Amino acid sequence: MKARGIRPWLYLLPALVFLGIFMVYPLFDVMVYSVEEGYNSASQTYYGIGGYNYAYVLRDPYFLQALKNTFILVIITVPVSTGIALLISLGLHSIDRFKEFFQTVFFLPYVTNTLAVGLVFMILFKKTPYSDGFMNLLITAVGGTAVDFIDGPYWAKMFVMCFYTVWVVLPFKILILTSALASVDENLYKAARVDGTSRMRIFTRITLPMISPMIFYLVITGFIGAFKAYSDEVAIFGTDLNAAGMNTIVGYVYDMLYGDSGGFPSYAAAAALILFAIVLTITCINLLVRKKAVI
Amino acid sequence: MKIVLEHLTKRYPNLNRKIKEDVIAVNDFTFEIPDGQLIGLLGPSGCGKSTTLNMICGLEPPTSGRIWFGDDDVTNLPPENRGVGMVFQSYALYPHLTVRQNICFPLENLKGADRLTRAQMDEMALETARLVQIDELMDRKPSEMSGGQQQRVAIARALVKKPRVLLLDEPLSNLDARLRLQTREEIRRIQRETGITTVFVTHDQEEAMSISDMIVVMEAGVVNQIGKPQKVYDDPVNLFVAKFLGTPPINLFDAEIRGGRLYLGGDCVLQGADSVPDGPVVAGIRPEGFVPDENGPLVCGLMAVEVMGRDTSIVAEHPACGGQIRAIVDTEDIPPEGAQQVRFSLRPAKVHLFDRDTGERIRI
Repeated sequence: MKARGIRPWLYLLPALVFLGIFMVYPLFDVMVYSVEEGYNSASQTYYGIGGYNYAYVLRDPYFLQALKNTFILVIITVPVSTGIALLISLGLHSIDRFKEFFQTVFFLPYVTNTLAVGLVFMILFKKTPYSDGFMNLLITAVGGTAVDFIDGPYWAKMFVMCFYTVWVVLPFKILILTSALASVDENLYKAARVDGTSRMRIFTRITLPMISPMIFYLVITGFIGAFKAYSDEVAIFGTDLNAAGMNTIVGYVYDMLYGDSGGFPSYAAAAALILFAIVLTITCINLLVRKKAVI
Repeated sequence: MKIVLEHLTKRYPNLNRKIKEDVIAVNDFTFEIPDGQLIGLLGPSGCGKSTTLNMICGLEPPTSGRIWFGDDDVTNLPPENRGVGMVFQSYALYPHLTVRQNICFPLENLKGADRLTRAQMDEMALETARLVQIDELMDRKPSEMSGGQQQRVAIARALVKKPRVLLLDEPLSNLDARLRLQTREEIRRIQRETGITTVFVTHDQEEAMSISDMIVVMEAGVVNQIGKPQKVYDDPVNLFVAKFLGTPPINLFDAEIRGGRLYLGGDCVLQGADSVPDGPVVAGIRPEGFVPDENGPLVCGLMAVEVMGRDTSIVAEHPACGGQIRAIVDTEDIPPEGAQQVRFSLRPAKVHLFDRDTGERIRI
């Protein structure tokens, strides 16, 4: 070790400095903030150290609403988007002609700006003095009653939210899954065919296990991504998410820092750490399940 | 089970769309494989041997021609209804399944009356595993095994359904040299024990010759020669077969026939070719056809003597030979050290003459 001396550390220095300043220090600082009670950012003073910030956040109805919204979003969108992505990838994998064309079509949303997508969803769902939105046109056409998806009942708003999230995360998942499907050794399928394996059995016993590492990867990143949802909500429901009842945990953190009711970095820090704990727990569970299930 | 191939032909559309003409992978292959034999399909890459195997297997439909297993026409049957077992070059083991699960996989596909109980499946899997001597490794995953062991699992999986025909696609090419020798003996043993008609594909002539009952030498989709390995080696029908079989390869000379005598350059090396008309020919001489002889007619420049344990090979040059001549000789016959020249007499049976233009064999 000694012989190598200082040089390796010198090479690492730039990365270490940046990671230290922008990753490690803020992480540490958030933990400090979250236990400083009555912290005042102007005077840089606080009354004492304790768990009050956490207690406050966990009793705050806005936070509980955000927590509920986030969980619903996660539980619905992660399985739904992964499932749809798998179906589409299987379709893409099995066609021969226009494969590249369809791959491009399905990947386009990935490079489209979130806010632009939000605008399109507004046109689809928003009620204006002139129109009920495209979705309501469809609903009334089949004999239903128009629903206000943006300012209406909670389930309608949640539907739009989930629909939007699924649509936004699909392209990346499709991309990952099509490449995973393409990387399965063609000979495995040939061997299965020689043995007279049914298509369903080929899918469940060969294809699915072979791409399961990628599915797990998508589920984990999907969970993390959905827990961190915020900008998509703003794109659809505007900046006052609490009023719309559609806030998320990250949205709550933002509001506590900079929103109209903001200026409470300690509450924000506490909420952020609660989110961190949730994501960490879910990821650990995922990894444990994965260890048991995969190759 | 006897396999009969009747005018088997496979054409593919050319990948280059500008070329309208189809690629002919296999051209008019007719052959009857006797029951219980081990057949080696031998040829360089792209000669159509794998395509032939895939057609016998049923993975690819032939463009024309018929395939019979015994009295059954299987040309239009899917692979699972033909009763074939196939071993792939890459083994194609299911990496997420254990050896037992891999071997049981084909059995689990059986439906209806053929359906087996779990106990029957395990019993059959174990029996097959014993045959290929991997019964100790039933609970391992493929990634935890050596290449040779994986190969055995692949063979077991192909055999477990007791197929009528066993097909092996380049079964040894992913193994290292030592394992290759071992495994080919193993394939021979398993084939003998089960008595199953077996076709295997290889580009390695040594492999094909060492274990096959019969070899089929293919080139560019066309069958060149079919026969017992030694017979094909000793009596090649054309230059391609002569060049393809044998290590070290056959030595080729620009030669000439004048008045029933064979001349290599200025040296008259052989007599008695009276039936052959005068003119230029290609003479192929097997490495073991050279006998060092102080008074021999073939005078070569000595380049090197390589002693490799059992064999000694003499590397020499001759104006009529484009490359180096490699002769395998008895150790006591090696020329003295410092010699510039070596003279050979030839074993007539090891000298083959070929037409210079068509490469067809000219028989003496």
